[in-house]
Amino acid sequence: MAKAAAKTKAAGASASVERRPALAGRAVSAPGVKVEILPPAERISLRAPEASVPALSKALGVTLPATPKSSAAKGGRTALWLGPEEWLIIDETGNDPLADCAKISALHSAVGISHRNVAISVAGPAAAVTVNSGCPQDLSLEAFPVGAASRTILGKSEIVLLRTAADAFRVECWRSFSDYIFTLLSEAASDAAN
Amino acid sequence: MLLIRCPYCEEERPELEFRNAGEAHIARPTNIAAESDDDFEKFFFIRSNPKGVIYERWRHIHGCARFFNAVRDTVTDKFVMTYKAGEPKPAKLPGASK
Amino acid sequence: MNASFRISGAGRLNQAKTASFSFDGKSYLGTEGDTLASALLANGVHLVGRSFKYHRPRGFLSAGAEEPNALVQIVRDDARKTPNVRATVQELYDGLTANSQNRWPSLAFDVGAVNDIASPMFSAGFYYKTFMWPKSAWLNFYEPKIRSAAGLGVSPDRPDPDHYAARYAHCDVLVLGGGAAGIAAALAAAETGVRVILADEQAEFGGSLRFESGAKIEGENGFDWAQAAIAKLKALDNVRVLSRTTAFGYYAQNFVGLVERVSDHLKSPGRELARERLWQVRAKRVVLATGAIERHMVFANNDRPGIMLASAARAYLNHYGVAVGRNVGIYTANDSAYAAAIDLRKAGVNIAAIVDLRDNPSGPVIDEARGLGIEINFGRAVVSAGGKLRVSSMTVQPKNGGGERTIAVDAILMSAGWTPSVHLFSQSRGKVAFNEETRRFVPGAYAQDCMSVGACNGTDGLDATIDEAYAAGAQAARDAGGKDSSGKMGQGARPKVDGSESWSRGMLGAAPGAGPGTTVKAFVDFQNDVTAKDIRQAVHEGMHSIEHVKRFTTNGMATDQGKTSNMHGLAIAAETLGKPIPQVGLTTFRAPYTPVTFGSIVGHARGALFDPTRRTATHGWAAAQGAVFEDVGQWKRAWYFPKAGEDMHAAVNRECVTVRKAAGLFDASTLGKIEVVGPDAAKFMELLYTNPWEKLEPGRCRYGIMLREDGFIYDDGVVGRLAPDRFHVTTTTGGAPRVMHHMEDYLQTEFPHLNVWLTSITEQWAVIAVQGPSARKIIEPLVEGIDMSDEALPHMSVREGKICGVPTRLFRMSFTGERGFEVNVPADYGEAVWEALWAEGQKHGATAYGTETMHVLRAEKGYIIVGQDTDGTVTPNDAGLDWAVGKKKTDFVGIRGMMRADLVAKSRKQLVGLKTKDPKVVLEEGAQIVEDPKQSIPMKMIGHVTSSYWSENCGRSIALALVAGGRDRMGQTLYVPMPNGTIEVEVTGMVFVDEKGERLNG
Repeated sequence: MAKAAAKTKAAGASASVERRPALAGRAVSAPGVKVEILPPAERISLRAPEASVPALSKALGVTLPATPKSSAAKGGRTALWLGPEEWLIIDETGNDPLADCAKISALHSAVGISHRNVAISVAGPAAAVTVNSGCPQDLSLEAFPVGAASRTILGKSEIVLLRTAADAFRVECWRSFSDYIFTLLSEAASDAAN
Repeated sequence: MLLIRCPYCEEERPELEFRNAGEAHIARPTNIAAESDDDFEKFFFIRSNPKGVIYERWRHIHGCARFFNAVRDTVTDKFVMTYKAGEPKPAKLPGASK
Repeated sequence: MNASFRISGAGRLNQAKTASFSFDGKSYLGTEGDTLASALLANGVHLVGRSFKYHRPRGFLSAGAEEPNALVQIVRDDARKTPNVRATVQELYDGLTANSQNRWPSLAFDVGAVNDIASPMFSAGFYYKTFMWPKSAWLNFYEPKIRSAAGLGVSPDRPDPDHYAARYAHCDVLVLGGGAAGIAAALAAAETGVRVILADEQAEFGGSLRFESGAKIEGENGFDWAQAAIAKLKALDNVRVLSRTTAFGYYAQNFVGLVERVSDHLKSPGRELARERLWQVRAKRVVLATGAIERHMVFANNDRPGIMLASAARAYLNHYGVAVGRNVGIYTANDSAYAAAIDLRKAGVNIAAIVDLRDNPSGPVIDEARGLGIEINFGRAVVSAGGKLRVSSMTVQPKNGGGERTIAVDAILMSAGWTPSVHLFSQSRGKVAFNEETRRFVPGAYAQDCMSVGACNGTDGLDATIDEAYAAGAQAARDAGGKDSSGKMGQGARPKVDGSESWSRGMLGAAPGAGPGTTVKAFVDFQNDVTAKDIRQAVHEGMHSIEHVKRFTTNGMATDQGKTSNMHGLAIAAETLGKPIPQVGLTTFRAPYTPVTFGSIVGHARGALFDPTRRTATHGWAAAQGAVFEDVGQWKRAWYFPKAGEDMHAAVNRECVTVRKAAGLFDASTLGKIEVVGPDAAKFMELLYTNPWEKLEPGRCRYGIMLREDGFIYDDGVVGRLAPDRFHVTTTTGGAPRVMHHMEDYLQTEFPHLNVWLTSITEQWAVIAVQGPSARKIIEPLVEGIDMSDEALPHMSVREGKICGVPTRLFRMSFTGERGFEVNVPADYGEAVWEALWAEGQKHGATAYGTETMHVLRAEKGYIIVGQDTDGTVTPNDAGLDWAVGKKKTDFVGIRGMMRADLVAKSRKQLVGLKTKDPKVVLEEGAQIVEDPKQSIPMKMIGHVTSSYWSENCGRSIALALVAGGRDRMGQTLYVPMPNGTIEVEVTGMVFVDEKGERLNG
């Protein structure tokens, strides 16, 4: 795993050791699609009953979506519906959603998973075909529109898939699967434009 | 690969996202420690294994992660219908003549 | 070298563009666009293979995927030697090298052909009858001989250097088959704007338009229309056109497997190109337009090279510009072979005679043939073919017997009629129906959302085919939700047919001269060498079901799946049984339609992508230190850290001693971790673990045991309570996913009233175990905000704070029996924190240790490993863990199962320690244990060794074992019989080091 490319300092800590994200800086370009590792982000796994949703939405600054296979985004923070009473919150601005939830007394469970996941961008006209090399879902814009989000399968690993644009996806997987997922997407990318 | 309708995701999703979890509508006794040997045997070991319509549990493990119930025909391997965990056995099956 | 059978001006290839190739070491010139078959035929080569059983010389039967004979080995290089490639499908490229198969020493002189002379020995069912006795001879003699004689082609013996791609795709309408019908259906569907995929196995679309010279559509030659229509479809955004793509399997809910041959036709495919691409397509509607396959005539020696299907000869002539002979005989039972005679005659090839089994047929093709001066014989049969390596004559006789006449020919074209290709329909679980009038099986009841159109549906004639296909394409699109945007769908846009060829009927079964009572070799199935006589024999020997006949004779069981033979075989069986054909039934068609390479099924999943390889955050550091890794599930874990000159034994001994003397660092990141959060978290823990949890103070830890409902140990691990409503649960490495599944199962379906949620945090935290007397001294300087004193942080406690400036969950716990800590840090910081701890550790003589040392150290303390010392049939009591079961609890998963009579029996196997009498002997894990080594075999086994190691700390071997009534056997001598002698052991307690546990605070 190449780690020398991007070493970042832990946000907010003064004398902290360096952070070495998995596969940092890795990218592969193929005709029609680029696959690249995205920078670290803040993430929580949020669980809450319906009654707590308004309070949590307010605290997080983004309305928690109630519709299956959907997401909502605001100000660099995205809430992905993963299942009933379950959301993945991703913050790309460095603000900690865990701290925001800690202020709320409404019933919920918030667990920090910033380091658990690695995000990979798959972008370009052949992005959907690339993801479909291992993901059995229908990724047409009708079935999986921009903003659609789903936990699913890519090859032999579980992923969370978010469509960020008509021709772009964010693939989230667990840290130790990132090498497999990135390699599979890279190999698939070279075939995707054909 | 089958398509299975997840009652929580409200759409059909590929079988790869699911895992079978055995027969449905077998409730764990509330006072299980007091069960007789016979009752415990019935609860834990005995399954109906029918030829035809079976009520079983599935989990959308690589999707919404919910357990749900399904009615499947073991002869044709076709899913008749699916419904949420905790809901009662459907009184009438869609398309069933009997 | 000159391609003397290429006819100038004939066909569609640019004959100026040549390509050289070699076959069996001899060089030839072909033309770009050829198949290997057409290129060989252009050079007058018909003999290309030997048959499977009798090693009879064989040529080309067909010009397509149904080919049973012309199987060759394509050799690209040492690693790329593909056997059993159909020469009729393999496209020619410059430099192609092909070899014949199943012959030795040469194709023209093959020793195995003795099987042909000895053929009475090899009749139907011969394998079943011949090799039954004596039994021992099967293993030593028959099987090796058969194995060396059997098989077609030679498997490559090196790793496949090619790569294969895979893709899931979804569409509204999937059209399979790109002849006139498929194209018309795709055009109609495409107009509505729905997503359409059109696939055909050939390099070029058109299907039988390739050879049907009489087809005219939209004022153009049929084949040219097809190319224009394909160009139009390719230009549409909503249509994907796949050539060289075979639909090989039709599965449930319109899930269809297709293989696209991406680069087998290219001279030197670039590394960026996959060899093949697997498409797994989910379609709302499927239109089957798979056409029909011509049948051969079943007569004596009908397999001689030079005898082929009439339509194949037309394809070679009309598409490739190749004449299959110079003096051609025709043997037919329907009109279609006349068209071949006419096309060849017009190209200047002599037609020796047409032999037509029918008595007095009439029609335009017959008139046309007669008008060209071709000799036509009605009511006659070809009763035998002459020649061996190449057909040289045909012997003609009135069909009811009479004088024979031999006509010299160099090729015979035959047609017994056409069989609709219902393979995919049948795979979809549709039921075929027999049409008595046309004597063919056509699609009957459908099982899935699909439609059949054209020849595969028994529809005759181009006009009717296009009518039907166009309507079906439009219907499929509407059913899939498409809208008729043009408003003229199904009317104006339907392709107009201006010229058409049409025929049907023909015959099924053996032709005159090969009927009942004859012993001639009239082949039904060429690839498996099944004759008409074999089928009759099978029936006579009691095989009355077609499924039995098939297996007894192997008819239709070769790689061509009986595309040309099934109907003939069925008709002969029915005739012999005296039953109508539908009563005898058709065998089931199964995937794959044509052979599929392993590569295309494997796809991307090879090498690094065969299975995910999971690495921890410190993997790079360990690798740089020279660690040896072991596979634990998908994880790579550091196994041991050898120093220069150390073998595994030496390294593990050093690591074990160093941890107990100073300290050791161990990567425990792979342990499963689950955060249990919510007001009912403790209640949930009470139900899922045997232990009590309600009273566990926040900041304290407990070793928990999880059972299945049957009362057996399922998993274990240390659980820390971070807050009243938050537990940090650890699981075994291998158990992580199933424990999560098990917990979710109970939470969602049995205890849904509990307000608690579970989140996997296995990969959120890197875990560095620091164990040993110096452990605290190593950690302390790096920690902020945590009092590390024994009073503030006693054994089995947990604190949150900072280490090296980053957040940590610091556990005081031990899996070694030494003072121990497990430092949890966010995974991306794992390696840097490890390095900082390592630097501190160096000041105190610490070592890095791997999983082997971890195993030894825990065994020295009698700590179990679930899955090694337990096997799914071990209760907490068996494992000596009764203390971890909450005695006052009224419910937890497994509480009732644990009470079962068998689970509380005295005689149960219990976990104990074993010491070998000879301290140097290390037992084998899994070895069986007996009481009396002198008893006769089979001995009564009373247990087995579960863990066994050399313990350098103890200066002897140690072992754990499950032994019946083990705890009552302390001090007893038991025996472990091994191949090299019996080992004496003494039953002991499970703790070998520091029985009192003083070192935990030492």
